[in-house]
Amino acid sequence: MEVPILKQGHYLIASIQSALSDADLSQLREALIARVGKFRARGVIVDVTALDVMDSFAVRTLRDIAHMARLRGAETVIVGIQPEVAFAMVQLGLTLKGIVTALDLEEGLAFLDRQGQGRIDNRQGHGRIDRG
Amino acid sequence: MGVSTVGDELRCLITADTDVVQARQTGRELAAEVGFSAGDQTVIAAAISEIARNILMYAKRGEVRFTKIVDGTRQGLIVVAEDDGPGIRDVSRAMQDGYSTSGGLGLGLPGARRLMDEFEVVSAPGQGTRITMRKWKRGNA
Repeated sequence: MEVPILKQGHYLIASIQSALSDADLSQLREALIARVGKFRARGVIVDVTALDVMDSFAVRTLRDIAHMARLRGAETVIVGIQPEVAFAMVQLGLTLKGIVTALDLEEGLAFLDRQGQGRIDNRQGHGRIDRG
Repeated sequence: MGVSTVGDELRCLITADTDVVQARQTGRELAAEVGFSAGDQTVIAAAISEIARNILMYAKRGEVRFTKIVDGTRQGLIVVAEDDGPGIRDVSRAMQDGYSTSGGLGLGLPGARRLMDEFEVVSAPGQGTRITMRKWKRGNA
């Protein structure tokens, strides 16, 4: 099942709609990384609200997405991890260390906006013009 | 997709990554029937996902079987994952966090053990692997 990826301003939003197989997760990773370049995205949000389980493969793939996107110049926020899912993840020993998470889509977007503001301020401070 | 019922047992054939999804969904449904909380259903589904993926990664094919269990006043679920794959050379090492021969996170087996109440691995090189896990429902109502 393919995960729809929406473009909103400088951000890409992938909202997972149903249970995903390992192949679906890998496909999502490839699609997101390609689109970060294509749309010159500065932020990626992966909404996992609909995921009822996160196992070691899912966590590894989300980590890979965040790291690869960062190498391509975009920040990733994982949003919507459900309480039971968080509980099972901790029991499994799975962490998302170094990855930004937020309660929901709204919080995730707010984080990216703050990040972007920081970047613009920095660049202007150095007398450079922000791209885009 | 291969889900069949044999006696009191539900069986999921594991030959593709979509079967891993099927197995954990079947396990979750059965856990719900037993009356496990939503949290425990998720925990059980996560454990099933790990051991079903192990079948696929190491043995290519195998089976996950589910049975509801009643022991006196206790109710629970038993999950057996079995394959005829290469087997595990060093079971105690495979049960350690971070040990993997496949490039994974090495949290599959030890993680699944932490999620369940009882966990048993029977395996030897060339003899396949059988993992038996049980989860008991808390606070029987």
